[in-house]
Amino acid sequence: MSEAYFRVESGALGPEENFLSLDDILMSHEKLPVRTETAMPRLGAFLLERSGGAETDHAIPQGSKLELPLWLAKGLFDNKRRIISVELPKIYQQGWRTVFSADANVVDLHKLGPHFYGFGSQLLHFDSPENADISESLLQTFIGRFRRIMDSSQNAYNEDTSALVARLDEMERGLFQTGQKGLNDFQCWEKGQASQITASSLVQNYKKRKLTDMEG
Amino acid sequence: MVIINRYKHANQLLVGFENFPYAEIHIFVLFFLYILTRNEVKSGGRSDLIPTIKFRHCSLLRNRRCAVAYLYDRLLRIRALRWEYGSVLPNALRFHMSAEEVEWFNHYKKSLATYMRSLGGDEGLDITQDMKPPKSLYIEVRCLKDYGEFEVDDGTSVLLKKNSQHFLPRWKCEQLVRQGVLEHVLS
Repeated sequence: MSEAYFRVESGALGPEENFLSLDDILMSHEKLPVRTETAMPRLGAFLLERSGGAETDHAIPQGSKLELPLWLAKGLFDNKRRIISVELPKIYQQGWRTVFSADANVVDLHKLGPHFYGFGSQLLHFDSPENADISESLLQTFIGRFRRIMDSSQNAYNEDTSALVARLDEMERGLFQTGQKGLNDFQCWEKGQASQITASSLVQNYKKRKLTDMEG
Repeated sequence: MVIINRYKHANQLLVGFENFPYAEIHIFVLFFLYILTRNEVKSGGRSDLIPTIKFRHCSLLRNRRCAVAYLYDRLLRIRALRWEYGSVLPNALRFHMSAEEVEWFNHYKKSLATYMRSLGGDEGLDITQDMKPPKSLYIEVRCLKDYGEFEVDDGTSVLLKKNSQHFLPRWKCEQLVRQGVLEHVLS
């Protein structure tokens, strides 16, 4: 309750990521399939099996398929597709979209890419013709899953919640934690512990860490 | 680029600041390559190198972003330390902070103190106290570790030994409870 550390929130669900948000940095590190539209000289050193060898200046040839992280894809992409053109990852294509519309609750979103919603929202920058469908699918998936997240986070008091969060992606886990925090704060108030001064969480973590350092 | 990821996971302030130079070297090398390639394009007329330049530029921006976000997160945690722990940091924590961070902490402390003095009339108001609404003036506390002598307002001093319990004024021990020396016991 008396927390003083406020981390920079993720902006991935909005128009742009937050520059300083660590969550966004982790999210934009995920890869997406990409096709090069022009040869890229001297970068063959990174992907040795694709490079053209010394004659072509160690280039990555035109038309090769790569998997680039989102930040790189965003940086190299432009409207005229001069350097790269982006393909949608499978989970945002039609096949998986029908799976989500069938029953969104069953899907393991953590396995499919721990930042499903954030990554999907940022994908919309790449001007694919399916953008409207993708955004609709993201929204409907979330609506389908939300009820269960809210219920489980508000009713799991003092239990092991790993089974409940196993299939949630990062954004949903954040929501779940918020719900849990609200529940814990309320229970603490009900028990009359709301006025109890507690040691700062930093001190507690530091003590625990020191203990493990000494043992390990 | 893989090195940068490590910093994102090492979110705790307890990670030493000494690891940072690796990232700086990385940025420097990339920048060097960038300048070389750019000159080649301008003077040598090799415009096919432009994708390469863009690639390196993106990498530089990315490294910068990771570095800045890491430093900013550290600052946020240092700021939280002032509120949660108090104005004097233990040496162990200060060891892990860079000189600039210590200086920042001192500036922040000063700004906060100036602000607090300007509130509430003549003597100012300590807003870092009573973070949870108090229910009584005196509280029951138990000692978690040996602290030594502790002086109360009317001159008497109390010996704080491990596991001893005392009934002390709230405003004197709030700081110690937050630092983990005492434990607030509810009856």
